[in-house]
Amino acid sequence: MNTPAPSRPDGTAPEPPLLDLGGLRVELKIGGLWRTVVQGVSLSLEAAQAVGIVGESGSGKSVTVRSIARLLPRGARVGGEVRFGGEPIWAMSRARLRRFRARDLGIVYQDPRAHVNEMHTIGDFLAEGIRDQPAGERRERSIAALQMTGIHDADRRLMQYPHQLSGGLLQRVMIAAAILPGPRLLLADEPTTALDVTTQSEVMAILGEQRHARRLAMVFITHDLDLAAAVTDTIAVMYAGTIVETGPSATMHERARHPYTAGLLAARPQPTRVASLYTIPGRPIAAYESGPGCVFASRCAYAQPRCLEARPTPRQLGDHLVSCHRAEELQGALHQALERA
Amino acid sequence: MPALLEVENLRKVYRAPGGKRGAHELVAVDLLSFQVQAGGSVAIVGESGSGKTTTARLIAGLESPTSGVIRVDGEARKPLPWPRGERAQLARQVQMVYQDPFTSLDPSQTIQACLDEVLRCHFTQDRKERGSRISELLGQCGLDDRHRHRRPRSLSGGERQRAAIARALAAGPQVLILDEAVSALDVSIQAQILNLLASLRDALGLTYVFISHDLGVVRQVSDECIVMHRGAAVESGVTENIFSAPRAAYTRQLLDAIPRPGWAPKRRAADPASL
Repeated sequence: MNTPAPSRPDGTAPEPPLLDLGGLRVELKIGGLWRTVVQGVSLSLEAAQAVGIVGESGSGKSVTVRSIARLLPRGARVGGEVRFGGEPIWAMSRARLRRFRARDLGIVYQDPRAHVNEMHTIGDFLAEGIRDQPAGERRERSIAALQMTGIHDADRRLMQYPHQLSGGLLQRVMIAAAILPGPRLLLADEPTTALDVTTQSEVMAILGEQRHARRLAMVFITHDLDLAAAVTDTIAVMYAGTIVETGPSATMHERARHPYTAGLLAARPQPTRVASLYTIPGRPIAAYESGPGCVFASRCAYAQPRCLEARPTPRQLGDHLVSCHRAEELQGALHQALERA
Repeated sequence: MPALLEVENLRKVYRAPGGKRGAHELVAVDLLSFQVQAGGSVAIVGESGSGKTTTARLIAGLESPTSGVIRVDGEARKPLPWPRGERAQLARQVQMVYQDPFTSLDPSQTIQACLDEVLRCHFTQDRKERGSRISELLGQCGLDDRHRHRRPRSLSGGERQRAAIARALAAGPQVLILDEAVSALDVSIQAQILNLLASLRDALGLTYVFISHDLGVVRQVSDECIVMHRGAAVESGVTENIFSAPRAAYTRQLLDAIPRPGWAPKRRAADPASL
């Protein structure tokens, strides 16, 4: 993440990453005023990799992902780089954008019911994504896609309407629809938040199998650090429109370097033990509410005067990228806080 | 000591129209029995369709059971509709806090007006007395006089849920039912509300019935818990024991599905009916 790919031994230029965000900034008109909701977000993703964007409400995680699909409200101001295979997404022509969305991108949303037409059958819904295929093939491929997501009686499901399916089943149909055109990048915006835990486990297992089989890259948005850690390679923790920490998913629990990441981990009620929960005072803020200093300074237990004055830039610390002035000196304290939690 | 809340053989059947054979029956709660001591906290855990919210609504008196008895303080809850003269007294026994304070608070009412209405209806016509009681309630719930004249829209999610808890407390309930009351909150806010609920229980001697799908939350807030699946209790007992040594296969399945360090999502054994 974020380190330049080494040049190849034969001296040719390295291939650009599949997805590359550089200094992304998004402003939206809120209540008649232009408000910054995402600022300075940089991350890159290679084929078959998964990155988890973890944050609370208003952290800008959904806006970040929507700017990849160019699905922001009309007139949104977007700055910085958003590239797919080196190609700037925001400079694509309408025809190119349509092709990019149809072929290269699959999207799964939190609430499947808000993203299907209740008047169309599941079969029609699935066929829509591959309407350039011959009619006979559309049906076969739809059935195959449903079966891959663990839906056994696919024939019958194709004739049914969305309201006849449970939430877990409908979300699997959405996953089938997203992977059917053979995309290279999947955007998953809280795909299991509305589902029961056992269904969540199953849907994530299916998604993992499909990603693995197709070398499909994924940007996974969630508020659940534990879930993100289990299904992604890298985690980016967002707060107030910025990424405060990026690091390998597998060790985020033990090696969180940013006070916000550590706070999130310690605030989560664990099923394994009872403890008075660590609380982060105050409430999450939006990017435009942050002052000139660190975005987290107003809630941070470790904040010093300099934290309120200057915005920290991301620094490499081991295998983590951290935006905190005091990251080095706080390692011990955060480690202890996580041990206790 | 008799239990404060007793639920005995509770059953709720809904008749849904449809199907060729005419109406068909849906058993939402099937012969559920449990007790909670005064000052205790019981959690009802389950996934969607388990009957946990129906149970909450039956205890709160929002629906009538098909059969079975609910007793509060030894006295059986009356079937609906409650006689006019007894409604306030029955409502005072059990109050409920819902998942989404945005829809459970009146958007056009200030927090002060919201609390004032409950106090006027249940307790006193003396305005000054109500005013000081409102301050006390706000303080107990971590709000202050600055929030009095705000409407739900201008409050944050956590503040709205604090206001909803204050409103439930205004009626002076013996039993507080919390129906997924922290599920919609951000993690950092959820921790604040959970700690608030723990301190309110200590300070006021409240009895909680906690309805939740989140086992992490249940572990923190309950002394005993009941695991429900398709309307029936599959396991019940002391929370700590159930979490450390679950006996029912379904409880184990639930616990195994919680993401945690080292966890990997799994496909479950085929069970098409539960999808």
